[in-house]
Amino acid sequence: MATSRTRPLSPHLSIWRWGPNMAASIFHRVSGVGLSILGLAVLTWWLFAIAKGQDAYLGFAKLAVSPIGLIVLIGLTWAFFQHLLSGIRHLVTDTGANFELGPNKTSAILTFVGAVVLTAAVWIYVFFGAGA
Amino acid sequence: MSLGDSATPLGKVRGLGSAREGGEHWITERVTSIALLLLGVWLVASLLFLPKLDRQTLIEWLRAPSGAVPMALLIVVGFRHALDGMKVVVDDYVHEEGRRFAWNTLFLFLAVGGGALALYALGQIVFGGVV
Repeated sequence: MATSRTRPLSPHLSIWRWGPNMAASIFHRVSGVGLSILGLAVLTWWLFAIAKGQDAYLGFAKLAVSPIGLIVLIGLTWAFFQHLLSGIRHLVTDTGANFELGPNKTSAILTFVGAVVLTAAVWIYVFFGAGA
Repeated sequence: MSLGDSATPLGKVRGLGSAREGGEHWITERVTSIALLLLGVWLVASLLFLPKLDRQTLIEWLRAPSGAVPMALLIVVGFRHALDGMKVVVDDYVHEEGRRFAWNTLFLFLAVGGGALALYALGQIVFGGVV
C-alpha cells in the first residue's frame, strides 16, 4: 500500500468484457440519454405543433411517418421500454435484492428481450391493429 | 494523522462525518422514475388507444382533465428525471471541475427551458382556445 497505483475506473469499455449485466447498464444509460434529449425534444415539438394549428400539425405528422421519422419513433419506443425495464431492475437491486450472479444475469437478458418484444408489439399494433 | 497521496478518496473523507446532503439527488431520481413508470405507460397506452391521432382528437384528449393533468405531470417529472440522469452522466465522464460545472449548467438550462416550453404549448392547447 506504500506506493500509489492507478486505481481502476468505473465501467470502461476497453477494460470490461461484454456481458448481459454490463450491457444492461450501458444500454440503460444510452437509452436514458436518448430519451432525455431526443425524446423530450420530440414531445415538446409535438405539443407545439398541436398548439400552433392544422398546418403545423400536418407538417409534424408528415415528418413522423417518413422513413427517418419512423426510425426515430421506433427507436424512442425501444429506448422507453429498455429504460423502463432496466429501471425496474435497478429499483429491485436498490432494495438489496437480485445480486446473485444467476438471477442478476437472467434479469439483464430479460430487459433486452422484453424491450424488443414490447416495441414490436406496439408497432405491430400501430401498423396492423384495430386502429390502423 | 497525515494522509499521503496514496489515500483513496474514501480514505480522505472517512471520519469527517456526513455532509448532511447528497442523498436527495439519488432519492429524487428513484422517486421520479416510479412516477414516470406510471406516466410513461399512460402516454404510450393513450396514444395506442385513442381512436385517431388527428389534431382534433388530440386537442380533445389533452383538454380533458384526464389528459391535461397527466401530461403536465409527465412534462415536469420527465424533464426533472432527465436532468437528474444527465447529471449522473456528466459527473461520471467530465472530470475537470470547470467543464463539469459548464455541462451541468447547460443541461439545467435545457431542462428548465425545455420544460417551460412544453408546459407553455400544453397551456395553449388547454386554455388558449386553439382550434
